[in-house]
Amino acid sequence: MGGTPLPEGIKLIDENGKRIDGRRPDELRPLSIEAGVLKRATGSAYLEWGNNKVMAAVYGPRECHPRHMQDPTRALVQCHYNMVSFSVDDRKRPGPDRRSQEISKITSEALTHVVFTEYFPRTSIDVYIEVLQANAGTRCAGLTAASVALADAGIPMRDLVASCAAGKVEDTMVLDLGKEEDNFGQADIPVGYIPRTNEIVLLQMDGDLTIDQFKTGLGMAVDACKKIYDVQRDALRRRYTVPAEADEDTGSAEVK
Amino acid sequence: MQRNDSSESTREIVVPGDLLADKGMKAGPGTYVEDGNIYASLLGIKSIRTNVVGVVPLSGQYVPIRGDMVIGKIVDMGASNWLVDINAAHPSPLHVNEVPWRVEFGETGRFMTIGDLVLLKVIAVDELGRVQISMKEHGLRKLAGGMVTDIAPAKVPRVIGRSGSMIQILKNLTGCRIHVGQNGRIWIDGDLENILIAVEAIKLIEKEAHSRGLTEKVKGLLEGASKRGE
Repeated sequence: MGGTPLPEGIKLIDENGKRIDGRRPDELRPLSIEAGVLKRATGSAYLEWGNNKVMAAVYGPRECHPRHMQDPTRALVQCHYNMVSFSVDDRKRPGPDRRSQEISKITSEALTHVVFTEYFPRTSIDVYIEVLQANAGTRCAGLTAASVALADAGIPMRDLVASCAAGKVEDTMVLDLGKEEDNFGQADIPVGYIPRTNEIVLLQMDGDLTIDQFKTGLGMAVDACKKIYDVQRDALRRRYTVPAEADEDTGSAEVK
Repeated sequence: MQRNDSSESTREIVVPGDLLADKGMKAGPGTYVEDGNIYASLLGIKSIRTNVVGVVPLSGQYVPIRGDMVIGKIVDMGASNWLVDINAAHPSPLHVNEVPWRVEFGETGRFMTIGDLVLLKVIAVDELGRVQISMKEHGLRKLAGGMVTDIAPAKVPRVIGRSGSMIQILKNLTGCRIHVGQNGRIWIDGDLENILIAVEAIKLIEKEAHSRGLTEKVKGLLEGASKRGE
């Protein structure tokens, strides 16, 4: 990253300030979430974010494996992030690698912060994040989907976690990097955010930024997280809004 | 999000983190308090009873509570206890002192073996989530015959109905013996035909647990089924 040269004749940002996929610098890719898509899981969510396709499933609280990790005072939130072999252009070699272990770890930590883990001593809440199609920003997509799946699983939480990335492309701060921007851009900051309490539960940075650029980027990501949060809440409400009830409930559950 | 009026009939779906009420209300189940404000901790339906605001969950695993009647399955045996899967996070031990028979040490297998179903009561849950179960109370027993169907534990209250109204309809119109475990297991015994009708009705309740006029729908299904049978 950073030093990778851009192929000849391609501009990531054109003279009108539009990005390579036609977005404005502060525009998100289209996002849609559906909750409760898997029957066997306690809770689940399917998310499409631009060309990212992510499935998240939650099992438990259930018995903690490996046993030596169980905590007699609280539940463990164990995430398993995985990219399927067909999720990228070149076949991704299946199985855990350094990158997926890292993402699993940071996602677990972000979610542990919102789950009332002390309600379920000695147990484990297992979160599986499967990236079916990757196009930059999958850790944010995974975290966003996982928190919807946790709520769908009926697990008590302080709030949902919304997540989004910002970055630097051709010296301009942009929101929600696409694949080309991620590959040939200069920096990337994924952010996990809790809108209600204004807390940040995930913050990473890859590349070089000045303090001002960092602050701009963080601000953009936080604002975007608020929009993503609304999509998450809408997905959860929609799951339980039955058409038969629509006549009495004058659309109060439909927030868009 | 708009705040609807506070009568019980409004079925407002809330999401973890939603503000339910500020000062002056008491925090009920499914909520948490921060800075004096009450927030939802679960995905569910907001409920207000007098001055207590809570969330009725729409999903979730079974969490044992003292006094729950549950249907367990024996998964292991020891010399003086059985290990019972009660659909909770952990299997829980059933000690020989908590069964209605006198069991000699090492003779547990003569009374119940792996795979048997039992009707149990949760007598204690400690702060570490360890569950004590008993089979000693009146009506608790080993379940022989019949069949078991599983539903989401969050939907169990709808199958039972207000003060048992729904389960009474099911029992009367199908003529089956039914035990509903709080852990989402339902045991049904009777004629095969009636059992299947009862299962169909239970699945309908599970599917439409939060829709209105459910009792009427179930009645319609059961009455229609019994006509078909004649």
